[in-house]
Amino acid sequence: MSDHKKDSSGPQTELRKTPLTAFHRDQGARMVDFAGWEMPVQYGGILEEHRAVREAAGLFDVSHMGEFTVAGPQAAAFLDTVLTNDISRLAEGRAQYNLMCYPEGGVVDDLIAYRTGPETFLLCVNASNCQKDFAWLEGHVGEFDCSLRDDSRRYGLLALQGPKADEILKPLTRAILGHLPSFALEESSVAGWDVVISRTGYTGEPGFELFTPWNNTEPLARAILEAGESAGLRLAGLGARDSLRLEAGFPLYGHELSEDISPIEAGLGWAVKLGKAADFIGKGALKQERAAGSGRRIAFFRTGQRRILREGTPLFAGSREVGRVLSGTLSPMLNEAIGSAVVEASVLKDRTVEAELRGKTFPLQWVKPPFYTSAHKST
Amino acid sequence: MSDSNQIKYAKTHEWVRLEGDQEAVIGISDYAQNSLGDITFVELPSAGDRLTKGESFGVVESVKAASDLYAPVNGEVLAVNESLEDAPEKVNDSATGDGWMLRVRLDDPSDLNDLLDEASYQAAND
Repeated sequence: MSDHKKDSSGPQTELRKTPLTAFHRDQGARMVDFAGWEMPVQYGGILEEHRAVREAAGLFDVSHMGEFTVAGPQAAAFLDTVLTNDISRLAEGRAQYNLMCYPEGGVVDDLIAYRTGPETFLLCVNASNCQKDFAWLEGHVGEFDCSLRDDSRRYGLLALQGPKADEILKPLTRAILGHLPSFALEESSVAGWDVVISRTGYTGEPGFELFTPWNNTEPLARAILEAGESAGLRLAGLGARDSLRLEAGFPLYGHELSEDISPIEAGLGWAVKLGKAADFIGKGALKQERAAGSGRRIAFFRTGQRRILREGTPLFAGSREVGRVLSGTLSPMLNEAIGSAVVEASVLKDRTVEAELRGKTFPLQWVKPPFYTSAHKST
Repeated sequence: MSDSNQIKYAKTHEWVRLEGDQEAVIGISDYAQNSLGDITFVELPSAGDRLTKGESFGVVESVKAASDLYAPVNGEVLAVNESLEDAPEKVNDSATGDGWMLRVRLDDPSDLNDLLDEASYQAAND
């Protein structure tokens, strides 16, 4: 037996550790290098953890993600020049999905911006882009009257996701979760620890992301796990996180988003506010793209069978290559291989697009995500 | 028949168990299923196909990767475990039991002498 894809990891360097690294090992996690961090990919099995999140709840350590604080009288005005969504309309206590773009329209990163105070924002960015993003912000802040601080090592971050997330968190906090809508946050406490509770996530399920001071993360995780045990809460790793986000149709930077893929191509035009007053980086290119239409699209597909079409698999319409797979996995809920691809927009309507795998061809069925809708809609 | 239940391993992580004088059952090791993680698909040859020692006879896929399966012996496929088509997770649950892959007629049962016994295989993976 041998892997088709050879391990491409380079020389061993010291991996960064979240506040839960030792805890994950104790819990029997399989640890991997993810963006330079030693992270749990799974504790038991990925499929089992995935189903637990869909049916009960899962607890994820996402402390590797980057957090930046942007504060000052012109914080909003500055962010409006580097982010595509409308920051000036973001109310205190609310969160907003954003893209940070290059002048040509490609994506530096996607992130969630949280307005934590009248003049204070927290940006939560991908671990893999953390340094690049901070440098990008520093390079563009210029004369704006605001400060930038990399708080990635100050905050631990846990994601509690699933239909039972509310039920599990409720007895542990004084925050009134029923009053916390989607994309809202509240400074509160959980099990006695200071926590910013945000009703956001990356699974398509109801749930929360919990920001807490770095050293509180482990006791907080233990308290939540203990409280959730009877409701079926399980630890879930990056493996399940990836299959859950793909089933929900959420993009992952480096796959559905990159320097070479614009948010319009990625179907994220709803987060690009071309009408906002601020002249943001990439606005010109994206305006032009929206007017002219995109030649390529990111699209999601089902395959009707279980062979996973892996990243990079070429796609054909007849004998012509028209795109390639960006992400592929087995959907544990549909029990078939699903994925995303970048393809010529013209083939999406009425051409049969096929992938070839080990001498067999597989026609793709295009799907508007989510592939799976939670039975328990977020409030 | 003293060692009829004895299992032998290839360095490439396939196992072979002699059953009778000429027949053997083939699968992948517990170590292999564990390092692959959740198995999502198994591609196997058909009854009547030839196995050539050291050559690929199929593919096992997990969420993580697709891996070739290599024939540990020469022989002819008598039967394949059809149930793996709908339930490939059997390989995770019982790699050397319900997760078996092929039943073969061996060209030469002495092929098994070239394979590792349980202790040597375990030692090779430590």
